Formats: sequence, C-alpha cells, structure tokens
Amino acid sequence: MIRLLAFLFGCVLGTAAFAQGNLEINTPAIDNYKSSMGQRHAQLTPWYQSGAVGLAKDGTVFLRDPGAVPLAQRQAVSRLVAAENADRAGLYREIARANGNPGWEPDIRATFAQRWANRAPAGWWVQSATGIWQQKK
Amino acid sequence: MNRLLQYATLSFAVGLVAGCVTINIYFPASAAEKAADSIIDEVWQLAPPATPPQAPKEKTP
Repeated sequence: MIRLLAFLFGCVLGTAAFAQGNLEINTPAIDNYKSSMGQRHAQLTPWYQSGAVGLAKDGTVFLRDPGAVPLAQRQAVSRLVAAENADRAGLYREIARANGNPGWEPDIRATFAQRWANRAPAGWWVQSATGIWQQKK
Repeated sequence: MNRLLQYATLSFAVGLVAGCVTINIYFPASAAEKAADSIIDEVWQLAPPATPPQAPKEKTP
C-alpha cells in the first residue's frame, strides 16, 4: 500500500511537471547533437544563403539545387548535408526517448521542421508543408 | 462496507494512473515548440559568424 501511494505521489508529481510545459532536452546525447550541429552550421550557412541547400518539410536539410554548388565542392556539401541529417534524426529520436515516449519522434520532427522554417532568416529556402520550395522574404 | 472501501480505493487508484498515462501519451505541442526554439537558438548562434570580423587595424604612429 505504501509503495502504491509512493507510486501515485510520483505520478502526480510527474503530471505537475508536465503541466509546467517543459520537455527534457538536457541530456548528454542531446548536448552532443547540439554542439555537432552548431559547429557544422558555419559551413552550411553559405549554402543556405545561396539557396543550394534548403530546409525541408520533414525537418531535414536538402541539397535542392546542386547546380548552385561548384563541382569541386559538391561532394563536400553532400557530405555536410548527410551529416547534418544524421544528427537531426538522432536529435529528434533522442528528445522523444529522453521524455519517455519514443513514439513522439514524428511529432518532434514535425515541430522542428516548422520551427526551423519559421526561424530561418530572409533569403533562405524553405519547403512548405505541401512540398513547395519558397525563398523566405 | 469494507469491500466497498476497497473498491473505492482501487477505482481511485486506477483513475489516477489512467490520468497519468493519458497525460504522458498526448504530445505536448507547445512544450515541444519551446524546446525546439531553444535548441535552434543554440545551434544557429553557437557557430561563429560566416564572415569573421576583421582584426582591428593597428594604428601607425
């Protein structure tokens, strides 16, 4: 009985924590993804600005205009995009897992997709939910 | 009477647990947006600016 009460108490506390409206995003794995993506960002920025790389509707980055990248650099940019997408996939998965709901991954991904697009500066290319690429004004 | 109390306690417990489960299953959309924004802030601002600021020129006397 005491155990049950303790469990219920924990449960109520957990509920209260949820009501505060915060997701757990402070785990070592999430920190790793953040710093890895942060370091890569400087290398990706020129390609976001030129429109070669855009922010896709599924929360990834996409080499939407390979022709805008000089041939000599195309492979390097492809690698950057692939590495960024691997980190992003890991980040979404890890946030869902850290909050005890691996099934939230698609929702986390969709939320991020919308926020990346929303926060992108003018001039960058973002893909709308219907799949159309638009340059942010 | 004792039995009734038992049932009441049990259903109360079940209700509480169900409430917890419900809350944990539904995706907290606004919390997720806040979390996404804070991570995006860090990822996009952590990086040094694309064009590094030029070192101040030394004044020639």
